[in-house]
Amino acid sequence: MVTRFAVLAVAFLAAFTAPVVADDRPLLLGTTTSVDNSGLLGPLLKAFRDETGIEVRTVVRGSGAILQLGRSGDFDVVLVHHPDAERAFVAGGDGLGRYPVMTSRFLIAGPDDDPAGVRAAPDAAAAMERIAAGPYDFISRGDESGTNAAERHLWGLAGLSPWTARGGWYRETGSGMGATLNMASVLSAYTFTESGSWTNFANRGDLAVLFEGGPHLENPYAIIPIDPERHPHVAARDARRLVDWLTGPVGQAFIAGFRVDGEPPFAPAR
Amino acid sequence: MDSFATAFAEAGALLVSFDPDFLSIVGLSLRVSLTAVALACLIGFPLGALVALARFPGRGVIVLLLNTFMGLPPVVVGLIVFLLLSRAGPLGVLGLLFTPTAMIIAQTILVTPIVAALTRQIVADLWVEYGEHLRSLDAGPVATMTTLITDARYSLATVVLAGFGRAIAEVGAVMIVGGNIDHATRVMTTAIALETSKGNLSTALGLGIVLLLLALAVNAAVQIINASASRRAVLA
Amino acid sequence: MSGPASILPLQVSHLAFEANGVRLLDDVSFTLQAGRRAVLLGPNGAGKSLLLRLCHGLLRPTSGEIRWAIEGRARRQAMVFQRPVMLRRSVIGNITHALAVRGVPRGERTARAEAALALAGLSPLARRPARVLSGGEQQRLALARAWATEPEILFLDEPCASLDPAATRSVEALIEGFHAAGTKIVMATHDLAQARRIADEILFVHKGRLIERGDADSFFDAPQSEEGRAFVAGELLW
Repeated sequence: MVTRFAVLAVAFLAAFTAPVVADDRPLLLGTTTSVDNSGLLGPLLKAFRDETGIEVRTVVRGSGAILQLGRSGDFDVVLVHHPDAERAFVAGGDGLGRYPVMTSRFLIAGPDDDPAGVRAAPDAAAAMERIAAGPYDFISRGDESGTNAAERHLWGLAGLSPWTARGGWYRETGSGMGATLNMASVLSAYTFTESGSWTNFANRGDLAVLFEGGPHLENPYAIIPIDPERHPHVAARDARRLVDWLTGPVGQAFIAGFRVDGEPPFAPAR
Repeated sequence: MDSFATAFAEAGALLVSFDPDFLSIVGLSLRVSLTAVALACLIGFPLGALVALARFPGRGVIVLLLNTFMGLPPVVVGLIVFLLLSRAGPLGVLGLLFTPTAMIIAQTILVTPIVAALTRQIVADLWVEYGEHLRSLDAGPVATMTTLITDARYSLATVVLAGFGRAIAEVGAVMIVGGNIDHATRVMTTAIALETSKGNLSTALGLGIVLLLLALAVNAAVQIINASASRRAVLA
Repeated sequence: MSGPASILPLQVSHLAFEANGVRLLDDVSFTLQAGRRAVLLGPNGAGKSLLLRLCHGLLRPTSGEIRWAIEGRARRQAMVFQRPVMLRRSVIGNITHALAVRGVPRGERTARAEAALALAGLSPLARRPARVLSGGEQQRLALARAWATEPEILFLDEPCASLDPAATRSVEALIEGFHAAGTKIVMATHDLAQARRIADEILFVHKGRLIERGDADSFFDAPQSEEGRAFVAGELLW
């Protein structure tokens, strides 16, 4: 009986384990939670498959984690929104190049009654100052994501660095956008988010968008195919086709036409 | 409160809808966890029996390790397996990262100590009862282990359940090594995590209720088997 | 039931057993030949069970020697304990298990098990779970199980101590049957009456020493030792 079991088990494992040749296996795309949460990827990649026959599998993490996995060669192509890190990534030799795809908007959200007066602030940095002045509860991702980097950049513009003070009003969840928004919703706190995640977020409570627009709240996404010279096993051809399609007229039109509740969370790069 | 009511409604809707996405998630959860439990038993039953019966230096340390690893945090196991299977890691050439196989491997590592440690205890207790008789029969090590495992089968069924419960309910390991890929490595727990992060709390809770019902069904099945065994006085 | 080469006679020389610094058996020597029913007689705690387990190989002596006529002795022996160990299987399953362990081919096991059950009068109970049987039935099953493995020598450690008189009688009848078929019987008991019924020869054990040895009739009529006399008179309780 033991031997029968063993044979079954080995057969099972073998069925699951068979490593597939690079050309036949699906394309592995690493991307961020904001893109995934928006609901864009499903229909976008389906359109891509319909046209090219290439199936894309998506793993979703923060930008920092995605780039790290890109460096170890675990993805074929990555789509992130952290320009400085992206440039370093390509310079480091792991990516072939950085190709802008689309932009979304960063948003400052908070309780609808807005005790800090963020709505009336002249610009984004001033809005952050008003929150710190209270101080009013603020929830940050604190996870080295593109969104987090942009948030810290804003604080920097206001001459503040609240993550060093451990003040209690500034909380870092170290989790994705979803967990951060959940916490902000429950605690009626301020937070920094972006349009891709926000449009589909279903647990808003009394959270509302209080400030958007302006130069510092633009969120550029770029796609980077992994360099096959450094990582020979990547599906380089299929990755190239995805990059071309996304940055080409069909992909760009799709992004421009994508709506959530009548709103477009993303704008095409061209 | 509203979330709970909506959650039950969503759970019910999911169950009767036979929505293919939902069914494939449930199917993958079962496939991954059941395979992992089967492999864990293949390793854990003889390992536990061996540690229970053999005398060797360092046995106490092995027992301590087995008992400690029963509480391995799933996210830690996930991280370790991830580092092993990543292209940059020692087993990267296998290309197993972000596949169901990686998830099975991680859950097997998680469940094996549970099976081994509990089997050890059960076999050791049974050995106290059977020892002299088996030695009188001059039974060799294989015959001894087979006898003890066979006669402990109903207690071991409970062990299998404990292992299955651990596997089907964990999210840390499968999330890291599987990647929660839609239509490929998404299981019930990672789907729940995803819906929660999107703020779809009722859907998340609904999925959670379905998961509980699944666990309930499995446990009920084993309980019925055990009850019939009691009636036939095989347990006592 | 001697095969082409018998494991008997068994020679025990200067056997001693110590545990936790206490000497439980001291300088025990005797030889067992085939044929006569040997009874280890003595009060509780005398060391009879210990002696049986040492002879059977379940324990290792502290000093002294246990020598069988040929090696590979384990397979020609069987033992029945005071409380029988019943596997969590059917009555017949207990016997086929023992046969499987002993390497009997699968095809033969059922037939031999059924024969043993018939001998013990347990055939109607063959499919029952062994653990629901009464004490007497379980002990008869243990005997049938031992019998099925065709031992040359059968050790019995107070097999009737937990049984009522009726069960005791049926067990003793079985033992008599095995003896008649040629199996060497070596039984430990503290029950004087039982020893009178069963023994051909007596080994009288007291406080870890073999005090006296001889024919059963001579021992019961006129014990040579003081302890023996006291025991036969019912006065030596431990």
